[in-house]
Amino acid sequence: MTTASIPWTERDAAPRPLVERLHEWVTTVDHKRLGVMYIGYALVFLVIGGIEAMIMRIQLIAPHNDFVSPQVFNRMFTMHGTTMIFFVAMPLVFGFANYLVPLMIGARDMAFPRLNALSFWLSAFGGLLLYFSFLGGSGLYGAGSAPDVGWFAYAPLTAKTFSPGHSTDYWTLSLLVSGFGSIGTAINILTTIVCMRCPGMTLGRMPLFAWLSLTMAGLVILAVSPLSAAQIMLLVDRYLGGHFFDTQAGGSAVVWMHFFWVFGHPEVYVLVIPAFAAVSEIIPVFSRKPIFGYPVMVAATVCIGFISMSVWAHHMFTVGMSPAANGFFVLSTMAIAVPTGIKIFNWLATMWGGKVQFRTPMLFCTAFLFQFLVAGLTGIMLGSAPFDWQLGNSYFVVAHFHYVIVGAILFALFGGFYYWFPKFSGRMYSEPLGKLHFWLFVIGFHLTFDCMHVPGLLGMPRRIYTYEPGRGWDTWNLLVTIGVVFQGVATLVFVGNLVWSYFKGEDAGSDPWDAWTLEWSTESPPPVYNFAVLPVVQSRRPLWDLKHPEDPDWKYE
Amino acid sequence: MSPTTIFAPVSTPADSIFELSRFVLAVTAGIFVVVFALLVYAVVRFRRKPDDDGSEPPQVYGSYEVELAWTIIPVLIVVALFLATARVIASIQHPPKPRDALDVVVIGHQYWWEYRYPAFGVVTANELHVPVSDPARPTPTFLTLLSADTDHSFWVPRLAGKTDLIPNHPNSMWIDPRETGLYLGQCAQYCGTQHAKMLLRVYVDSPEDFERWIEAQRRPAPANDAVTRGREIFETTACVNCHTVRGTPAEGTFGPDLTHLMSRETIAAGAAPNTPENLRIWIRDPDALKPGSLMPAMNLSDEDANAVTQYMESLR
Repeated sequence: MTTASIPWTERDAAPRPLVERLHEWVTTVDHKRLGVMYIGYALVFLVIGGIEAMIMRIQLIAPHNDFVSPQVFNRMFTMHGTTMIFFVAMPLVFGFANYLVPLMIGARDMAFPRLNALSFWLSAFGGLLLYFSFLGGSGLYGAGSAPDVGWFAYAPLTAKTFSPGHSTDYWTLSLLVSGFGSIGTAINILTTIVCMRCPGMTLGRMPLFAWLSLTMAGLVILAVSPLSAAQIMLLVDRYLGGHFFDTQAGGSAVVWMHFFWVFGHPEVYVLVIPAFAAVSEIIPVFSRKPIFGYPVMVAATVCIGFISMSVWAHHMFTVGMSPAANGFFVLSTMAIAVPTGIKIFNWLATMWGGKVQFRTPMLFCTAFLFQFLVAGLTGIMLGSAPFDWQLGNSYFVVAHFHYVIVGAILFALFGGFYYWFPKFSGRMYSEPLGKLHFWLFVIGFHLTFDCMHVPGLLGMPRRIYTYEPGRGWDTWNLLVTIGVVFQGVATLVFVGNLVWSYFKGEDAGSDPWDAWTLEWSTESPPPVYNFAVLPVVQSRRPLWDLKHPEDPDWKYE
Repeated sequence: MSPTTIFAPVSTPADSIFELSRFVLAVTAGIFVVVFALLVYAVVRFRRKPDDDGSEPPQVYGSYEVELAWTIIPVLIVVALFLATARVIASIQHPPKPRDALDVVVIGHQYWWEYRYPAFGVVTANELHVPVSDPARPTPTFLTLLSADTDHSFWVPRLAGKTDLIPNHPNSMWIDPRETGLYLGQCAQYCGTQHAKMLLRVYVDSPEDFERWIEAQRRPAPANDAVTRGREIFETTACVNCHTVRGTPAEGTFGPDLTHLMSRETIAAGAAPNTPENLRIWIRDPDALKPGSLMPAMNLSDEDANAVTQYMESLR
């Protein structure tokens, strides 16, 4: 294996006109540029989705508040949910996978570079389509309104009768289009990992990040396809006189629920598995130890992938399923806690006996461990069907899944940002700003989402634009809203740090963390061709072998 | 105490859930304490010391014995949790139904509740009355849950968990409240613009009070010559397309039955107290109380609105 590469980088070339550089970005098929575009696109929507969340929280700061109308509030939660899942979380995980998977497995690009570009632009177009509804939801004369059917858009609320106009169509079409993009990317990641590994990179030597991306890609194909099918059926109902979900003509609202959650639950794992992937790379490097129990981690991941396909109806415990069906989904839901627990214990064991350095990426991963533990435990409560009959669709659920999506997924991806930022940009981020971001976000997160559990236990349903006084919900909602302020400021610090460091950060060098996987063997940022000479690997930590020739990993694996 | 807390059950289904929730909370709290303590220990104990020599710690790759231990223990915990859960599912979903049980059909409408008592021929709205159930001689209420339009969910936390009302998909649930009083809740499945003000009020009456209430509800609307003008306006405008006043030509079923409107403490599905002033506001402009409600503003003159309000006030 070698770290040599041709000593030429884009920075050496004379600056070219802006239009030319933009044109290069728009027409690029380079996996790194597409990865950066996915991430940048996700960050824009993260800010938009965050503003929508703030509007909701201002409205809910006190009972009978009058900040926005019910119509606007309902649009906000629909857009917030749809945006955050499909246009923030999905592009983020695709962006990281796109950028890192080829580098980590020693490939020069993805298997299908042009499909990669097509997928990105489809997803990007989907996001624009969704937001165009604000203008064009009722036709082209600018009198639109965003969809207001909720992000899981239960039938028959989406039928023409209850959703006249076109806002629901924009929702449907945008998810359909971005769904095709997601499937394209998933096929690409899958093929790349299966076919493009460098010499010596057997499946058993792949970094965990690649293994987890493989599982994620498989899940995307299995989960997004039924969602796309359901969107087509909904369009047939709305425009071609179909009656799949049209209850007034004998259709079934429950069938939509099944279709949606057959997508919706694996989707959670589509998002959290890449978060696991980032954590599985960061914790070993900052603990200075290899990941504990690599084969078990791989097995647990694949196991989670399979089980996650059989738990969807735990979102439907209140729709009146038979006791046997409820029992089955209780068991499958709780079973998933076993491989998930194994992962948590393995991360802990990786830290155990190490020399843990709490740089910003590791801080985020430590918070991830704690918050993911809590999210898992509230998940077990919700998985116990009768308990769910009380807690389902309450603010307890909202708190639970934000613990997963923000407390686990976003924290892990923030960790990933700081960890790989030197590789993406060639510059070091500011450590003090990174720590400030971390602590502000931790305070804001816990203020918001710890407090949010309580009104759920006290009977507050989700998706209400206002609530009655005297139910013990007031103070908790005030605290939840205060926490949002901290999270907003923290996000500004984060964006500020990224921008400042990109221009003014110290030169990071190719391997600032003394890490072990292949992406750190090439320059920062990597050249277009990634590796001048394709690496050859002999173990799971090729750079460890290189740095410690007296004690290489391949002796023990 | 919050009137909608899940931790103060007064009815068997809510009791069983409360009991199960205590067990689940205890188990999860135990797991939390153990894992959290391990995490804190690891963070404190294995943090790199300031005087570290820069050498790498011993490289440990894993241990199948340890992995086996933290696989088997969670499996056992999952089995215990599943068995406890399955028992409660069966007890709530397969209840014995005594002969004294009361049947009520609950129909969810966009932003209000319709209640039908088939055995008594009574139809009312938004305020459900049920008899208290003596644990020694239970008189539970069995609810059949239907929907006229979109999905809704019936959730009164102190009485039972929630069950959805789904069009074309009849559901059922039951309650046996052992204490009289008013129990609150609200729609728990997003159903459209005014999902937030689709409030639930369940009055648990003593057997005598319930008897009296149901007798009063069975009677047709009282006639009162003093409000003839209001009644005429009501019956000659679009009001009758949606509302029923039994014993009169008003036979609409799209909106709540108004036959005994004044027997209810609230209007607009609990959105406002049932006072003459609120009634007048509601008749003139429903959006003022509940923006997005499906009742249209009738554009009545002040005089006509007052007359209709007086007619409503006579529907005792």
